[in-house]
This record gives sequence, structure tokens and C-alpha cells, in this order.
Amino acid sequence: MLRIFLQRCLSAIPVLFLVVLFTFILIRLAPGGPFDDERAVPPQVLENLNKRYHLDDPIHVQFFDYVKHLLQGDFGPSFKYPSRTVTEVIYAGIPVTLELSLYAFLVALVFGITSGVIASLKPNTLQDYVPMSAAMIGICLPSFVLGPLLILVFGIQLDWLPVSGWGVTPGDKILPSITLGAGYAAYLARLSRGGMLETLSQDYIRTARAKGLSGWRVVFHHALRGALAPVVSFAGPAVAGLLSGSFVVETIYQIPGLGRFYLQAAFNRDYTMILGMTILFAFLIIICNLLADLLLLWLNPKLRGRK
Amino acid sequence: MALLCVENLTTRFHTRDGIITAVDNVSFAIEPGKVLGIVGESGSGKSVACYSIMGLIPSPPGRVEQGSAEFMGQDLLTLSPGQLRRIRGQKIGMIFQDPMTSLNPFVTIGDQLMESLRVHKGMSKKDARKRAIAALEEVGIREPERRFNSYPHEFSGGMRQRVMIAMALINEPDLLIADEPTTALDVTVQAQILDLIKRLQSEHNLSVIFISHDLGVVAHMADHVVVMQKGKVVETGSADQVFFSPQHPYTQKLVESLPTTAKPYSPQFQKDDKPFLRIKNLRTEFSRQHGFLFWKKWFHVRAVDDVTLTLRKGEILGLVGESGSGKSTLGRSIMRLVEPRSGEVLLDGVNLTELEPKRLRQARRDFQMIFQDPYASLNPRMTVFDALAEPLLIHRIVPPSQILSAVNQLMDDVGLDRRMVRKYPHEFSGGQRQRVAIARALAVRPQLIIADEPVSALDVTIQAQILELLLQLTQKYQLTMLFISHDLSVVRYVADRVAVMQQGKIVEEGEAEAIFSNPQHPYTRALLNAVHHLKKTDAA
Repeated sequence: MLRIFLQRCLSAIPVLFLVVLFTFILIRLAPGGPFDDERAVPPQVLENLNKRYHLDDPIHVQFFDYVKHLLQGDFGPSFKYPSRTVTEVIYAGIPVTLELSLYAFLVALVFGITSGVIASLKPNTLQDYVPMSAAMIGICLPSFVLGPLLILVFGIQLDWLPVSGWGVTPGDKILPSITLGAGYAAYLARLSRGGMLETLSQDYIRTARAKGLSGWRVVFHHALRGALAPVVSFAGPAVAGLLSGSFVVETIYQIPGLGRFYLQAAFNRDYTMILGMTILFAFLIIICNLLADLLLLWLNPKLRGRK
Repeated sequence: MALLCVENLTTRFHTRDGIITAVDNVSFAIEPGKVLGIVGESGSGKSVACYSIMGLIPSPPGRVEQGSAEFMGQDLLTLSPGQLRRIRGQKIGMIFQDPMTSLNPFVTIGDQLMESLRVHKGMSKKDARKRAIAALEEVGIREPERRFNSYPHEFSGGMRQRVMIAMALINEPDLLIADEPTTALDVTVQAQILDLIKRLQSEHNLSVIFISHDLGVVAHMADHVVVMQKGKVVETGSADQVFFSPQHPYTQKLVESLPTTAKPYSPQFQKDDKPFLRIKNLRTEFSRQHGFLFWKKWFHVRAVDDVTLTLRKGEILGLVGESGSGKSTLGRSIMRLVEPRSGEVLLDGVNLTELEPKRLRQARRDFQMIFQDPYASLNPRMTVFDALAEPLLIHRIVPPSQILSAVNQLMDDVGLDRRMVRKYPHEFSGGQRQRVAIARALAVRPQLIIADEPVSALDVTIQAQILELLLQLTQKYQLTMLFISHDLSVVRYVADRVAVMQQGKIVEEGEAEAIFSNPQHPYTRALLNAVHHLKKTDAA
């Protein structure tokens, strides 16, 4: 287990390096630069700016400079907000984004697995069709449609919940979390239903029932663990999706997370900001996938003992 | 008074394709402390009948439609789910066919054993643990304290079945239902498990319902026998009556189908002594890699270890051994489906191990394989005609204009109706599918056939027909055959000579009758002793 962990950590290093390399090259290939504006900047000013940020150096020199600073934990200055470094921006925004993703993930897990299990217990009956139809709708509705819908119903017509901000008014975290988590809840529901149906047809479930165990005990003690394997393997990429998907939701609900900065940075060609955010998210995504893989290993005693 | 009395039990499955009556008006009874055997071929409803009583049939689509099952003064079929749960695992224990899949792979065997005690008896964890360890000891698990926290995959098949038995009996039930408990096990392990069940049965004065397709095993175990066919009980009686003076034609057919004798006729053509297939010092290894980067280590498992064998033209050599003995790997190594590591395979003087890929493809025409599971080895999307015509065309055995007549000839050879040639494999029964597989192997007019457990997946009456067919065809086409099987009686029935394989090595080889009447190697003796034939003394 430890060996697999170390192995995976080591293999993350070249992945991160490639992410840095490709992003670095791609954003420089995109037309325009960080100092282009609607109003043309005088050539002299532009030259000074380029000099100030070493943008006049050959690209490989720029790249190695950047990597050198990166290894010291320095993401560099933001080109668009000269008063703040990229690290500062990230520090300010990341707690909000992480919190939003976490709540959304919990929404997905709780609603997804519960409805999947409920549906699997009576397949092809109303108990199955209702949650699964809801899940189908959940998968089809993107968050930029679901968000405004929820705002319209719960925020404006029913006036139950606030529709913007984060941690300002009580209950303002509910709608964003649901908006972000709903799609994943739907996926998880379908996966856990499938996993449960397969597990429930296994011989060892028959054994458990032949032992005279109650239905609940059979489900929770015997079936659920086997059924969760596909759920866990999806959960890693799902967290990654939640992190990057949070941008849309942050924009809808005006939440001061990282998402807005990421989007703005892309429009502004704020090279260092884009790079910093990309590296951060790549890192988080690798971690999430690693955790999911380790959890899968731990869930399966056959793989756990293997050295 | 009977412990369990089942009357007029009818179970139907309501599927989309219609209603299937799996159990049709079945009645039987079992006395306290006795063993009731239920025999029948696959699909005869013997398992479904028992699952119906226990409320374990998948529902929907299954439904118990009529009947009663009186057990200790209660009708099991009218009990509420809660009442039935108190009987399951407490008054009636069950063990199943496949110990590999019947234990929960995610839960330690200790927890699985304690669960019944804690649920039914409300025992404390400490007491349950003590009782569970004692139960493991009773079924012959060594070091039960240490094994208590092991997971099922850390046990062998036989050990797992022991754990299953311990689990079924841990609450000291009055009745044990054993559904094909030894079918998935090797013969020597099977003998041990049967002895264990017998011992526990007499020690605890247990009643046992023993479900099996294997007449020999049932005769060995049961006092009373019920024979089922197509959901109906066709004959009941004492084991002696049923097996030695069967009344119903179906029971007679079952008993007659058992290959109990030696080869019914020997080849009539001239056998020349010149070896046709010579295997010299053949060795096949599987390597597995452990670790990564600088800590890499290779482990070699010798599946076939220095095997030397000779087959004469027209001879059938039976290759016997238990699972994992390397007999299938040997068959595959001869065909170079697995690359052997060293040694020679000479087919009619040509060394197959040295052939380059193109020559090997041409040479493969001369040797064909028949597999255990005909359904898995036939392409489900090809009609039988396509499956048979393909090798004929690839190897240019007949010109395209004569394909139809060649295929028809093959269908005749294996005893299939010519009109079935446009059907797909799933439209055939198991026995018919094996006939198709045989026809496919014969299509290229091979000289050598390697048959890997060709009848193991078939019911005994079908098995007898397929064996007969194989014997006829080897005669007709002067085929040489390597017949691989774990079933000694089957090998005895078809083989001229027999080789016994254990852990990759041939431990004994000789004329079939000599091996069966006077085995020399201890392993061969152990194998032969483990087989249960229909013997009067057994059933008494």
C-alpha cells in the first residue's frame, strides 16, 4: 500500500511538469498578450512592461525562470493586478472554492448513493423509476441552467433562500452546493444502482439471506461495500470536475472563489495567473485521483494485502 | 414423524418470454437424522425446490404458487418474512455449490461466522468469537485463531467449503440443505468434504437434504433418494431401490449413462507402433513480476515440468489430474497457444516448437482443439454454417462451390439435423453446441485432436452421447486424441492409455486398464479412492 502510494506520488511529478510546459506554451501561442487593451498602449510603455516582466527574453529562458521560481513556491506576480502576487490571489480564493466543492461533493454522495440504493432494492418498479428519472434529468441539466432555475423557484418565487454571496447571509451556501452537486449526484445514483444490482445477484448475498439476516443488514453489511467500487472510482474524477466546475456556479451566485479569477485571467492573458491556477488544479486533481485509487485498494481485501 | 414434509410444491417464473414452471407439484419428506438425496440434471428444478421452501428464489420473477412445507409444525410457505428469517440460519442451514463466490469477499470469515450467532442468539462478541473458533476447529481448519481474521480469498476452495459448512452449522440447526456442495471441488477434496458432512451429520444427528447431479456421490451419502426431471419428481425410494432397481425410464437412463466401464470397443484399424505425436521434455513456465523499478523480482511457476509423452496413430491418451496440475497448459503448449520454454513437440516428425508463425498457421490444420465450454468458444454472432464454413475456406479444403455439401457432411457426422445449420449458437442446447464445436474441429480434417474437458459442462445423459460420438469419430477418421479430463470414469471409458499429471509432472503412465486396476503411484491411488461409484455397500 505504502509502495503504491510512493510510486504514484513519484509518477505525479512528470505529469505536473508536462502540465506546466504545455500550458506555458499554449497561452503564449494564443493571440494577444497581457498588456493588450482596447486602447492601444504606447510602444515605449509596452516595451518597458515587457522588460519589467522579462517577456522580451527568449521563451525557453522565460520557462526556466518560471520553473525556478515555481520550485521555490513562488507563482510570480499577476500581470493584471500589479499590486498582488498570484499566490495571494490563490490564498484568498481557494478556501471558498474548496468549501463549495466539498459541500457539493457531500450533496452528490448523500443524495446519489441513497437514491441509487433505494432504486436498486426494487428494480423496475416505481421505487426504481422515480429516482432514476430524476437522475436522468440531473445529468441532462447543466449547472448554468439548473442554477437560475433554482434561484427562480427557491430564491425569488418561494423566497426561502438567499441567491447570492457566500457566508454572508445564513443559508446562502445551500443553493450553490446543490447546483454544483446535482449533476454528480445523478451520476452517482446511476452508478450505485448498477453496482448494487450486480452485487445483490452475487452468491454471497444469497448466503447472507440464507443465514436469516434482515434485509437492511444484507444491504449495509454485505452488499454496499462491493457495490461502492464503481462509485469510488468515479469519485476521484468527480471531485476534479467539481473543482473546475465550480467556476460556473461561482459566477451564477457571485461567490468570491477562484473561478472568477481563472476566467478573467484567461480573457486577460494574465500568463502567470493562468499558470498558477492550472498547476494548482492539476495538483488537486492528481491528489483526488490518488486518494480514490487508494480507497479502492483498501476496500478490496484481495488487493490490500498485495505488496 | 417427518422433520420436513413438502407437498405439492409448485414454483413458476413469470418472465417476459412466458411462464416457466420450474417446480411442478413436487412432494418429498425427510426424517430426522436422515439424508435425503435429490438428483437430477441441470434445470430439473432440484435447487429451485429447496430455495422455494427457504424463500430464497429471486422474486420477481419467481413465485411459489401452491403447496406446503411443514417444518416442525409450521408451514414455511405461509410464514411472514420475519418469521422465516428466524428459521433460516437458525433451524435450517444451507451450503452452496461454489465456495469461491458464496462467501463475502469483503468480510473476514470470523465476522461472517459470528454474524449468525449475534443476530440469532444475541451473543456477545467475546462468546461469539469463542464459538466461531470452535466451529472452525470442528470442520478441520488448522490454527483457527489465526485464520479467524483472514479473508475468503486467502483460503483454498476446499477450505472455503469447510468455512461454509461451519457457518451453516454454527447455530446447530436441525436441517442442512447442501446444494451441490462438492461439484466445484477436485475429487480428492470432494472426498474430504463428503466425509466431513457425513461425520457432522451423525455426530449432531442432523437431517441433510443433499442436492447433486452426481449419482455416485448421492448413492454414497443418501438414505433416501428423490429423482427429479423437468420440475417433476419421477421416482422416490431408498438409495438401493432407486439406483439398483430403477423403475422409471428416466432413472434407468441416468444410471445407464454413467461411464462405469472400460472402453466399450477398441480401435479396429491397424495400430502401427510408430509414434505419431512425441512430446520430449516439454517445459512451460509462467512468470510473474513483483515490485517495481529497482526492486523487480521475477517468479517462475512451472506449469508443465519436463513432460515426455508419446501417442501412437489412432490412439486416445487420457490425461488426468486435478485443477492446477497443468494438464490444460500441456494441451495448449502442444498447440503452441502457450509458448513452451523448452522441449520438443514432434507431430509426425515435424517439430512444432520450432515452426515460424506462417508455417505454424499451416500446420495448425493438422491439430485441433475442443474446449470445455462450447458456448464460450463459439462466436455468438456467427451461424453454425459460418462457423463451419470459415475454416474450410481459410484452409482451402473444399472449393467454394462445394461448401454447402461439406458443411452438411459435417452436420451428419456429428449427428445434427442439417436444417439447424442457419441457427446461432444460443439456439442450441449444451450438448448440441458441443457437437457443433466437434464439427468445427473436424472441419479441417485434422489428424490430432486435443479435447480439453469436453464433457465436463454437460449433464450425464448428454455426456454419454458425446463420449459415444467422440469414440465413433476417432474410429471413422482414424484420429489421434489427447483427452484431458479430471473425471476418472470418463477417461476410463474413452482412453486406450492414461497419463496422470500432478504439479506439472507426469507421475504415472500406462495402458488404461492397468492403471485403473493396479495403480502404482500414491497420487493415482488417492485419485481412484476418492471416486464414488454406484456400489451397494455405499448406500446401505
